[in-house]
Amino acid sequence: MKDLRYLDDVSTLVLDKEKCIGCSLCTEVCPQAVFEMRDNKAHIVDFNACMECGACVNNCPSKAISVSPGVG
Amino acid sequence: MDKISTSGVDIMSSMDEIALSCSAEPSNPMADYEKPGYKLCSYVDKFIKTHAGAIPIIKSKLGKDDLFSTFHVRCGIKRNKYKVAPGLYGIGKPDKNCEVLVTANFKLTFDHLRKELADINAWILVLDTKGINVWCAAGKGTFSTMELVNKIKDCTLEKIVDHKRIIVPQLGATGVSAGDVKKLSGFRVVYGPIRANDIPAFLKNKRKVDKNMRQVTFNLYERFILTPVEIQIVLKPALIAALVLFIVSGFGPGIFSFSGAWERGVISFFALIAGIVSGGFVTPVLLPFIPSRQFALKGIIAGSVLSIPLLALISTAIKGVSGFAALFLFSVTISSYLAMNFTGATPFTSPSGVEKEMKRYIPMQLASLVISSGLWIYSAF
Repeated sequence: MKDLRYLDDVSTLVLDKEKCIGCSLCTEVCPQAVFEMRDNKAHIVDFNACMECGACVNNCPSKAISVSPGVG
Repeated sequence: MDKISTSGVDIMSSMDEIALSCSAEPSNPMADYEKPGYKLCSYVDKFIKTHAGAIPIIKSKLGKDDLFSTFHVRCGIKRNKYKVAPGLYGIGKPDKNCEVLVTANFKLTFDHLRKELADINAWILVLDTKGINVWCAAGKGTFSTMELVNKIKDCTLEKIVDHKRIIVPQLGATGVSAGDVKKLSGFRVVYGPIRANDIPAFLKNKRKVDKNMRQVTFNLYERFILTPVEIQIVLKPALIAALVLFIVSGFGPGIFSFSGAWERGVISFFALIAGIVSGGFVTPVLLPFIPSRQFALKGIIAGSVLSIPLLALISTAIKGVSGFAALFLFSVTISSYLAMNFTGATPFTSPSGVEKEMKRYIPMQLASLVISSGLWIYSAF
């Protein structure tokens, strides 16, 4: 979200570019536009917008993404 | 009557045709679906017969009772019992080529979806999310891969449509794995737009989603509409807090005085109300305009700005600096706590961030409460 931002440097989001197969599903499911496709690979372009909802993790076919929030 | 191949849909004649075929007898086309002990839902227009049984066709227009109960739910009244029966519904004139839209069984969600589907023919697959909206249910695991797969099987969706495609709202992705759904049911998940009002454009545009449709928003109206529930949730704790306030206010030179409890209790009650209004209403509504990203600090800022003029207004009734300080601290602490609590209702806060805030601010809030009670009792002497 552009106008409303939460705390920086807290997200537990990790993207393993080696494992990414470039399906772009993460860019589709992320509600905060955290990812963008560049050269057929997913890139994190807005790390601090991540709210750890886990949609990308659930849908990544190659298990290239992880988030591990606590109880929240 | 339209007869379609066994894999297709056998659509029952429309109401008019039935009326004609039954000659002069006044007929009730819904009579077949009447059952002792059951009442037909007001949003059901009629039923159509399919190879998977009779499917209710729902109205896209909301009735008066729908709007009335929406108002109730927004105020937090019977919010946890506002459900529709899970299963398959249709809207418009659905056939075997129509899209299947998946949604949750929170009635507010269901209404929100159907009112956007005027002039659209589609199937609606309602998952059992225990009356919770799509995103929250996805987060809590009721809007899930298994629930979706089970509903596809229970409704024998393969007999209803000729294609193998289901449209899942994007925010459902938190609970659904498209890959697993495909493996377990044969149906391919297409993630549709976040907001129901983008669905007509999405369907018209050959299931293409614009960038704007993919991002959540949290505008003034979206924040405002959540505040009645925020206030309603704190009503009961606030009542208990008020009781404690009156007791604490009774302590004074004569150990305990009932007149003191009443007079000073009313004053401290004002501080409580100021804190609740600030943390449960003002902070959520003015969220982006209040400095700081930490909600607890936003609450402190809003609480300070609000409680100072209020306390000045009743200044003649407050004794000394310690009394002022006590009420100010109390009001600001309530505001800070409730503002922090609002993180749970926003669509952009991460659990890790909230945890960080709580670790920092809850000890401060507790300490502040203790100091404020001490000062309040001290100010009575």
